Amino acid sequence: MTSDGFIERLQTGLWRENPGLVQLLGLCPLLAVTTTLVNGLGLGIATLLVLTLSNALVSATRRWIQQEIRIPIYVLIIASLVTCIELIFKAWFPTLDRSLGIFIPLIVTNCAIIARAEVFASRNTIGASIADGIGMGAGFAALLMAIGAFRELVGQASILSRLDMITGGEPFEGFSFADSGLLLAILPPGAFFSLALAVALKNHIDHKRRISRGGAMSRSLQRTRK
Amino acid sequence: MNEQSVLKTGLTLALIATICTALVAATFQATKGRIAANDKALLEQSLQPALAGVFFDGSVSESRLVLPTPHDLPGNEAAIIYRVYAEDEPVAALFVVSARDGFSGAIRILVGIDYNGTVTGVRILQHRETPGLGDKIDASRSDWVFQFDGHSLTDPTVSGWAIKSDGGEFDQLTGASVTPRAVIKAIRETLLYFDARRDEIFAAAASGEQE
Repeated sequence: MTSDGFIERLQTGLWRENPGLVQLLGLCPLLAVTTTLVNGLGLGIATLLVLTLSNALVSATRRWIQQEIRIPIYVLIIASLVTCIELIFKAWFPTLDRSLGIFIPLIVTNCAIIARAEVFASRNTIGASIADGIGMGAGFAALLMAIGAFRELVGQASILSRLDMITGGEPFEGFSFADSGLLLAILPPGAFFSLALAVALKNHIDHKRRISRGGAMSRSLQRTRK
Repeated sequence: MNEQSVLKTGLTLALIATICTALVAATFQATKGRIAANDKALLEQSLQPALAGVFFDGSVSESRLVLPTPHDLPGNEAAIIYRVYAEDEPVAALFVVSARDGFSGAIRILVGIDYNGTVTGVRILQHRETPGLGDKIDASRSDWVFQFDGHSLTDPTVSGWAIKSDGGEFDQLTGASVTPRAVIKAIRETLLYFDARRDEIFAAAASGEQE
């Protein structure tokens, strides 16, 4: 696969077909764990790993998997990978594992992963599938982090609290800007508001771009008419 | 689908299942030791607060003693005792007991008692008491639970182990008397149990790793 193709897959996952913003997949973990930036980063990394590995395995086995049993096999592959990632988190990031709780095992049910296996990895080469996994995973992780950072900033008036869950070492309470924030942002409704704002912002940017591109096109058309 | 393709499909599924299981088994083997060490560290850490001012060595969780029901400690679920030693001499014991008569369900309590029968710390491990009222028994909500530190069956007396409105020595909580009454009763019963069976507790052999 060419580097152009790789960048294309990355752009698709990060922006154009972002699993959270555009496909609106995997919303359960997205809404539940994004109370802080570090939580979002943790689940983002776990999802990215599972998505990339499952895409690679599904693509590698695509030639000798019969059509009738492909779904159970995807489920088997994804479930095994999630179990491995969960064990690795428990061993090396125990506090992060406790903070994310049930949402690590629940990556199994993230429809974004089985969707990529079915739509992309089962029809493309291993290289392209890995690129797709990285792109989609990074897109999902970036959204988790953005929403986590936003909710933490607004809700707790701090950022990067409990960074020690990833880096290890002494408990780190984060950089604090005020004594308390707007509690609503941390509560479940805050997750829905934040996601809505993120989707609206993306659509707004896309809309702006389309208008400016359209403007440029009509100008060039006018030039040719002259 | 003919017979041959059914067989082939089944074999594919079996093969993939075997590979996936092997993958999980290998990861489990590789992480087992670290996970056990992490769990132990977490347990030790959670027992620490009930041992204020006690000097001890070694690991607390290894001296665990599980008492299945029925036992004479408060609660109708299994009680756990951790024996704490310093240079092979018993210095304290930690009890995990339940108060049955709280406002809503059992309250799981960790009680630390030193060898002389003085309370070294009490923590509420699990409860479903009313938020804003009974939940002040939780150390993160108020410092109610710290008032027992340093007290024993002789300071005050056995009958002094009650809330003030029942003629005892300890504070109740504003708007909640059922919860504190239940917790204090459980601590009192634990102290009486320790007083009666101290030597027996330290002489018993540890009950294996898991419940």
